[in-house]
Amino acid sequence: MENKFKNISKVIYSHLKKDELLTLSFTGEESQFIRLNNAKIRQTGLVNDADIHMKMIANGRTCTGSFTLSGNDDVDAKGAGVEIERMRLESTQILEDPYLIIPKGSGSSREIKNSNGLNFEDAVDAILPAIQGVDFVGILSNGKMYRGNSNSLGQEHWFETESFSLDYSLVATNHQMVKGTFAGTDWDQNEYEGYLKQSKKKLELMELSPVKVETGNYKTWFEPAAVSDFISMFSWNGISEASIQQGCSGFGKMRNDNVRLSSKFSMSEDFSSGLVPKFNSDGEVSAEELKIISSGELKNTLISSRTANEYNRTSNFAESGEYLRSPFMEPGSLDHSDVLKQIDKGLYLSNIHYLNWSDNPNGRITGLTRYACFWVENGEIIGPINTMRFDDSFYNYFGDNLLEVGSKTEFIPNTSTYGNREIGGTTCPGILADSFALTL
Amino acid sequence: MRNEINIKSLLDAVTVPADWVGLREVYESNTPRMIRDGVPVSNGHYSTHGAMVEVLVNGQFGYFGTPDLSQSGIELAAKKAYDQAKAASKYALHHFTDEVRPKNIGRYSSPFEKDLRSISAKELNILLLDAYNNLKVSDKIVSASSLANVIQTNFHYVSSNGSDVEQDFLMLEFDLSATAVDGQNQQTRTFGGMRGTCRQAGMEFLDQMEILAQANKIGEQALELLDADETPTGEMDIVIAPDQMMLQIHESIGHALEVDRILGDERNYAGWSFVKPEDFGKLQYGSKLMNVTFDPTVSSEFASYAYDDGGLKAEREYLIKEGILVRGLGGKESQVRSGIDGVANFRASSWNRAPIDRMANINLEPGDSSFEDIIGSVEKGIYVESNRSWSIDDYRNKFQFGCEYGKLIENGKLTKTIKNPNYRGISNPFWNSLKMVGNGDTNGIYGTPNCGKGEPNQVIRVGHASPLCLFENVQVFGGA
Repeated sequence: MENKFKNISKVIYSHLKKDELLTLSFTGEESQFIRLNNAKIRQTGLVNDADIHMKMIANGRTCTGSFTLSGNDDVDAKGAGVEIERMRLESTQILEDPYLIIPKGSGSSREIKNSNGLNFEDAVDAILPAIQGVDFVGILSNGKMYRGNSNSLGQEHWFETESFSLDYSLVATNHQMVKGTFAGTDWDQNEYEGYLKQSKKKLELMELSPVKVETGNYKTWFEPAAVSDFISMFSWNGISEASIQQGCSGFGKMRNDNVRLSSKFSMSEDFSSGLVPKFNSDGEVSAEELKIISSGELKNTLISSRTANEYNRTSNFAESGEYLRSPFMEPGSLDHSDVLKQIDKGLYLSNIHYLNWSDNPNGRITGLTRYACFWVENGEIIGPINTMRFDDSFYNYFGDNLLEVGSKTEFIPNTSTYGNREIGGTTCPGILADSFALTL
Repeated sequence: MRNEINIKSLLDAVTVPADWVGLREVYESNTPRMIRDGVPVSNGHYSTHGAMVEVLVNGQFGYFGTPDLSQSGIELAAKKAYDQAKAASKYALHHFTDEVRPKNIGRYSSPFEKDLRSISAKELNILLLDAYNNLKVSDKIVSASSLANVIQTNFHYVSSNGSDVEQDFLMLEFDLSATAVDGQNQQTRTFGGMRGTCRQAGMEFLDQMEILAQANKIGEQALELLDADETPTGEMDIVIAPDQMMLQIHESIGHALEVDRILGDERNYAGWSFVKPEDFGKLQYGSKLMNVTFDPTVSSEFASYAYDDGGLKAEREYLIKEGILVRGLGGKESQVRSGIDGVANFRASSWNRAPIDRMANINLEPGDSSFEDIIGSVEKGIYVESNRSWSIDDYRNKFQFGCEYGKLIENGKLTKTIKNPNYRGISNPFWNSLKMVGNGDTNGIYGTPNCGKGEPNQVIRVGHASPLCLFENVQVFGGA
């Protein structure tokens, strides 16, 4: 793939005229998908994909385009030539762009992560035998992923990784479910079977008699997977500087009214794990760490170079959509073995579902409980709860109502496969909130 | 630029000893243009082109999605798909036959008068800039934008049992948005909520006078919301406009009736359904005023087509008739697995994803009440327009929606404007509280370009048409 990207890049740059600048970015994958229901195979297949995205600056205008690389050099070269001509023509027709991002010509990088992954031909026999006898539903996503970037001034970045993710649910006879995600780069059959055993053990808890919870406010422990869902909301009308400037961010209170979250809440954009590339689609390289919120205080927002130009800020080389690419929330001091005792009476939520802003300026998020969510009394799990809707503000559960932060972080992989397989994920601990509002 | 290929020749060249082979070529281009705050933020042309080779081996389908459309590329893809299917067949959830890929030959072209070339990039940039200028009615409009995305799609599906289906689509997504801010009071108004204005149409859809008038109205309403009262809290009647009904239908009917969900395929992702296989023909889904169709035949609606991606001919069918659930949203595979009557809705987002049960156009059929009849019948309630927030549980029971714009209804009249209107409920009792359904004059055609589902994930386009509707005794509340 790397050579494919390099070769087409050369061809494309050869079409450029004086005063034209071009940035290319590349997304590719060689993936296997096995979709499972009731521990059987529902659908299975492979996908090879390679797309090249082009951003041309000419005549004070920005034009963009993309096309699929077929792998046939002649076909792809012809397609690239046509696309350059289209952008060149369009740069004489469209409106002037006062916030051009001019590419820079330094800072190339190359990162290839070799691993001992799961061979496509071995996947069925590795996964299926261990899940027989249990209602197992989910998907294996497996294979190589590629990201590249270059520009007409000679800058080049390449990132290549191989990974697998078995994202699944185990379903109890009463339809209660447990969620699991076995993900990594090196396949270890014993580790997989051990992980699955833990999930099956959790499933036994789901067979306890369900508890009907009424609406109201409850002391609540959120497992890291639930916390990661809350943090993911910050990437949508939250942490983006453009969103704040354009009046559609839940972070406005922190920026404009000096509202602070709890001193126990700190998070950053942290690329030190190396799971995602530090370069963005313009080829700009982010710092290894960017503090976002430190001890409850908003330190930085995500600022792309375009936003920086438009609102007179300094870019921290965020992606153009100004979303979190490698979020890290700092751990606290609550040991997991003390969680039930600390809840005493309340909720233990492993996962949450279908989040949306219900009142964005006030930080209010609605969503639902899902999977292993329990009612706790006298520091013991009584039973799984019925599905409940919540509607509460992050200014509460990450703010005044935040009692404790878990002492261990977990990596929650990004299993999204819209368009292409995503890379990276969120690293965060669980949290204990003094109050959390269930509304339906 | 599209690489032209002869898909039938490529199919003929496939030599794997499969029980059935299908080849589905997809070419799609998106041409978005957007002006935000007076400057262009998008002038792009994004295309994707590839094919999915699907084979049936020992009752198990296997696929390979590839952009390599050479003969050797397709042959290699077929071989890999064959190997996948063969290895998986010993754990097959269901052993299929080619009955689920029925033979059909036909063509479909979406309706349009003016193609993309009828408006230049310059003309469209200027139209969108003019629209922006009309949105910016005050300095309190801190951000405003206008967007047009033109989508051109070609599907060509051929199979070893003789199918040959080609379908061409020209589609438009159009949006106007204005955000007004006064301190922490932030209010956004759009043209139909969350990209709801999307149709199969040509450039004739971009009527300059209509766009500029709408832009002005949207800007004014965003401002109006800054000074509006908060939505009251309590149980009351709610009158829902078609551009919010669209999402109500989508989330609490459409997804709940997908047969692959009912069969449990989606339990790890989108979820299950409160609807059970035994409910078909029996469940009182809503009041007797409720008639819902799967209708891929509505001219210009966003998800009209003639055949689904398994080659099944698409026809209008009632899903719910006089409130009773009669049919599911299941393609041939789901019909064979479940025994539930279904529709032609086996659809894939592109060449790199396998088809699954999806909505197409799911419409609530008009009733016989006028706008005035409906508003006049409400003593105390609210009227809401345009979705801005949506959430529903994994069984499609407990929903909550937020809207952009509302009005109080007092003693049969629309009175004050209200901000942050939200409501919540549970699907089955909610639809049984449907008290009045508007006539054809109140009907609106909308859709969404962003319906997500499936593993691996897929985004697909769906259409929804609905008249104005009145529901009684609904939990309503505002912001903060």
